[in-house]
Amino acid sequence: MITLYDYELSGNCYKLRLMMSFLGIGYKTVPVDFYPGREHKSEWFLKLNPLGQLPVLEDDGLLLRDAQAILVYLASKYDPSNRWYPRDNPALLGEISQWLAFADGITGTASAARLHDGLFYELDIDAARVGAHRLFRILDEHLWFGEQEGRDWICSANHPTIADVACFPYVILSEEGGIPRQDYPAIRRWCDRVKRIKGFIVMSGVFPAGPAKAA
Amino acid sequence: MNTRKCTDPVVLNLWHPIGAIDETPAGIVVETVLLEERVSLAKTADNVVAVWRSRPDLRAGDTVEIASIADRLPAKLAYGYVWTSLGSPPQDIFPIPEYAEGDRRKLNAATIGVNVSAPRAIENFLDMGHFPYVHTDILGVEPHTEVKEYDVEISVDRDEILATRCRFFQPMASTASDGGADVDYVYRVPHPFCSVLYKSSPLDETRRDVIAVFLQPVDQEHVRAHMMLCVLDEDNEDKVIKRFQQTIFGQDKPILENQVPKRLPLDPRAETPIRADKSAIAYRRWLSQKGVTYGVIPAAA
Repeated sequence: MITLYDYELSGNCYKLRLMMSFLGIGYKTVPVDFYPGREHKSEWFLKLNPLGQLPVLEDDGLLLRDAQAILVYLASKYDPSNRWYPRDNPALLGEISQWLAFADGITGTASAARLHDGLFYELDIDAARVGAHRLFRILDEHLWFGEQEGRDWICSANHPTIADVACFPYVILSEEGGIPRQDYPAIRRWCDRVKRIKGFIVMSGVFPAGPAKAA
Repeated sequence: MNTRKCTDPVVLNLWHPIGAIDETPAGIVVETVLLEERVSLAKTADNVVAVWRSRPDLRAGDTVEIASIADRLPAKLAYGYVWTSLGSPPQDIFPIPEYAEGDRRKLNAATIGVNVSAPRAIENFLDMGHFPYVHTDILGVEPHTEVKEYDVEISVDRDEILATRCRFFQPMASTASDGGADVDYVYRVPHPFCSVLYKSSPLDETRRDVIAVFLQPVDQEHVRAHMMLCVLDEDNEDKVIKRFQQTIFGQDKPILENQVPKRLPLDPRAETPIRADKSAIAYRRWLSQKGVTYGVIPAAA
């Protein structure tokens, strides 16, 4: 049985809950009191991850940290369709890795701003918001040009990949860090598409897609 | 954001919560913001607290001897939190007698920053109508959406709002629940920015769980929400109980942060209430009667 060391309000933990829901695989959760308890810095947790960061996943004796790395693992092992992380398509794998790194940048900016506003983390809030807007602008343009070419997802495939799962949480939670998405219409449309993937689940702060009716 | 500091005497003279005592390190200065003013607090190892207007010789993170701190603000310890006031507060903070019961679990579920005025947050706390839509499968579920008739009074001698006979079907009312149940609620608003909720305990039908939200107004449109739990639960670890409450609050957060206007309009014609909003109507009237102007849009005279 897969074990996820999890905190409900963490977007990085949500990436994995979401991925496992898309893949239809079961797992058990070990709650970690990230806030206010700072349990991710406790002695027992540092033994699992010396970086003191969530999430951590355990499967078959394998211990993994880092949301993006775990997405790669889960999709490689548990996706018989071989679409979320297509192991036989080098160009697509390169693209996916590029956007996984980009997702880390979203964590470093949009997620940081959310931690500042909601959980009182001390950091340069203006720099975090400016950084997030810069990345959102790049993502919005990328998605807009994709739409012109008939592409719905972040990478060049006619189906979502783990890059979409990695980028989605801290984009959809960005308003909690004072980062509105009004100026990013292509991002907003992409968020709606992600919400309509079969198996989509929410977390606190994320709402399901509305009924898909023509206006 | 408004940069003018608070001039509302009613609000200045209130006790305000500024931090959970268990999360305050002993002998170290902690800083926070109350009513647009920086205030500092510190405690001794045996929870003697001091609060003062922040000053440059005692900065956040500095070690400090509590006895040596001069020019203090009023300070009190209540319900697990440090309370202070920037004016002349009353002798006592409103009572929550259940807090003294020895078999209850008493926790700060979390202190969370929210981009909302304190009165808007209180109103949301009082509202049952959103349960099935915002807290789906936990505090409500379709088609059980009706807010049944309930009673509201403004108690003159206790100076608080009381909503009773509230009932709602909840699929998972608490961590101790083992299925859906009709849950009884009582709401109190004993302080303009604090509310206390009593709901049926799944463990003991003669007693109620107590959940309170104590709002620390940072400015007119931002709060630190302190969530106090005082519940009956023999099985779950603290962190599981906290997680349940944080999940609920995390669902409310985007709703709170998207309220327009951010400040609560007290003019009865400003927003159109429905019957389910009875307690909110009483709350707005009570704030008007008290003359509260901070975090609200006062009714035209």
